[in-house]
Amino acid sequence: MKLELHKLSVKSLKFGDKTGFKDGTLTVNKAELLEIISEDPLLGKNIDVDIAMPGEKTRIIPVKDVIEPRWKIEGSGQVFPGMISDVETVGEGKTLVLSGCAVLTAGKIVRFQEGIIDMSGPGAEYTPYSKTCNVVLVLEPSDPNMDKHDYEKACRIAGLKAAAYLAKSCAESDSESEIETYEYADIKTGMNSLPELPKVGYLYMLQTQGLLHDTYLYGVDVKRILPTIISPLEVMDGAIVSGNCVSACDKNSTYSHQNNPVIADMLKRHGKDFNFVACIVTNENVTLADKRRSSSYATKLAHMLGLDGIVITEEGFGNPDADLIMNCWKAERYGIKTALLTDEYAGQDGASQSLADSCPEGNACVTAGNANEVIHLPAMEKVIGYAEEANVIAGGWNGSLSEDGSITVELQAITGSTSELGYTKLGAYTL
Amino acid sequence: MAFRVVHYINQFYAGIGGEEKADYMPEIREGVVGPGMAFKGAFKGEAEIVATVICGDSYFASNMDEATAKILDMIREYKPDAFIAGPAFNAGRYGTACGAMCAAVSKEFNIPVITGMYPENPGVEMYKKFAWVIETPNSAVGMRKAVPAMAKLTLKLLKGEAIGKPSDEGYIERGIRKNMFYEKLAAERCVDMFVAKLKGEAFETEYKMPVFDRVDPQPAVKDMKHAVIAIVTSGGICPKGNPDHIEASSASKFGEYDITGVNDLTSETHCTAHGGYDATYADQNADRVLPVDVLRDMEREGVIGKLHNKFYATVGNGTSVANAKKFGAEIVKRLVADGVTAVILTST
Repeated sequence: MKLELHKLSVKSLKFGDKTGFKDGTLTVNKAELLEIISEDPLLGKNIDVDIAMPGEKTRIIPVKDVIEPRWKIEGSGQVFPGMISDVETVGEGKTLVLSGCAVLTAGKIVRFQEGIIDMSGPGAEYTPYSKTCNVVLVLEPSDPNMDKHDYEKACRIAGLKAAAYLAKSCAESDSESEIETYEYADIKTGMNSLPELPKVGYLYMLQTQGLLHDTYLYGVDVKRILPTIISPLEVMDGAIVSGNCVSACDKNSTYSHQNNPVIADMLKRHGKDFNFVACIVTNENVTLADKRRSSSYATKLAHMLGLDGIVITEEGFGNPDADLIMNCWKAERYGIKTALLTDEYAGQDGASQSLADSCPEGNACVTAGNANEVIHLPAMEKVIGYAEEANVIAGGWNGSLSEDGSITVELQAITGSTSELGYTKLGAYTL
Repeated sequence: MAFRVVHYINQFYAGIGGEEKADYMPEIREGVVGPGMAFKGAFKGEAEIVATVICGDSYFASNMDEATAKILDMIREYKPDAFIAGPAFNAGRYGTACGAMCAAVSKEFNIPVITGMYPENPGVEMYKKFAWVIETPNSAVGMRKAVPAMAKLTLKLLKGEAIGKPSDEGYIERGIRKNMFYEKLAAERCVDMFVAKLKGEAFETEYKMPVFDRVDPQPAVKDMKHAVIAIVTSGGICPKGNPDHIEASSASKFGEYDITGVNDLTSETHCTAHGGYDATYADQNADRVLPVDVLRDMEREGVIGKLHNKFYATVGNGTSVANAKKFGAEIVKRLVADGVTAVILTST
């Protein structure tokens, strides 16, 4: 498999007559974009598109998901297969990427989850999406009493459609793109190459606990899968999509799936430090039987592949800690070495246990920080969305929003702040 | 202007006497006494010991609450910016007094508190979460080592500088997790650690796996017919509208709700405050999390004696163990006072 990412580097955004890319500027035809997303009868009339640029005194709240605009210009299938495109296999050919740009879905809250993105100030330090040029969709349901699952889906599809539309509209751009080439061997070839290096894999845990805790693989609700194998290149074409965020800090955004930094780093070190032969996706369902079945199945796959080690990333916290720990000790008992990537809920004072489960085999653990740590976010000049939701979202409390417009919340409320795909530099240490 | 520091020492280091003077009552003197001289040198004028509290170890141990209150009052008028105690080395009662005073001062005045002890001093385990404890040798011979380290950390805290790892600063690990930005992405750090583990090289985990309290299940209730059953949940069930504003995650409180005469929880009357699960089905019918309907049936059928007329609820999502313990202790107290004999705990 070979995939070329053709990256157009977006430096600025503006609204204009024709959506397209020139000289670092992405021009967005707002009416056309609105027309595309408002096709959905589940979305209301008062939907809008706004722009938020790095450094601006802008706050976006509540944010549901972040998506990088991509569009396949060559090869089978199309981005976000099974969601807004056919179900054909992706991961080969050429994909156009509007690098440095993101679509944010915001607007009326689905439920107590969802996050905050500040484009400047202290909050901006914690979210990767303060550094992207953001096209913000401000959404609402057509019926305020609509089933929340339906509204969640409408928001999810709107974001994906917008991201695909923006990239598709730039496919004819004559601007030069930077090309990154990724190659990934089939398992037989992979296994037979690099005999001197350990064979390793990536166990990619996907959160699947219901509304706002879900993830989709080729359009399939991941809570309904048994663990399976996927090529890292498929992930880059949007084979994995977020069902919007629960606690915003550590629900993997679609953007972070598309740009999964663990995959990026493992591909980079493939052939030097190890032989990266497989990526296994698994779920995090709520029942004990499901946890046991999936962890046994996922680690069995790793064992059947003869892997010497796996990197395991968790998604979410608390209940999924149990899945992480089962995956860890079950792999280790097969003799497969593990390194874990998680985040922490050690209390606002940092003095409580960080995880809800543990095992002695988890002796190589990297964390993306304590999500309970409190941060003060000064008032911004512009708020896209509804600032008062700070009082109810996960990480906030009654009184989080002050009269002066500043917000005091736990890092939990900041989108992507403790990404367990490791997409930030945040971590923690013990005082 | 130099920062103002108050120093706590025992009767021995004040030169008053040994064990025979250990019941010495608290007093405060202006300026430095005993080891304060060494601190004065180590502060190099950046901080000044404005007063020294002296208290006998036995007196403190036998009158902890009274002594603490008295000393807090003495300290108040000196308006300290920081509080240092000891170092106590391996002296158990002195270490406990230093730790207790540090904890009390920190709580009362919210200023940095620093002490010094030998790792096996019982005061370390009791107070390391509340105070910075510089690791010292086991006897006063180590004074020359302890004082500069305590002074250095005190100045750093006073200036608001970032505090490094225990091994860098010389304090005993407090078990408090603190965020910091690393040079590399967490993903890269994880793959680095993975490679080290694969190769059998040394690596340092970023988080040591926690050890949990395990609670043995209680024996089964023998006489259900006379049992008074209460229901307690971490699933966030509350009257509709969440009147107590229990947080969707990281709860700071629990709610106590009356269900006298309530036979069924409906979407009109109850909902969940919880932000960590798909709440749709709990909002439709909160009995799914807090089974009032079934328990009322059992009460009517005589299977159980009585359903307690109050239920307790909090949100387990992202809530710290410390808060959960606090809620649990308080809820139990109220349940016992109300004559409840068994509890059904539901989670989500």
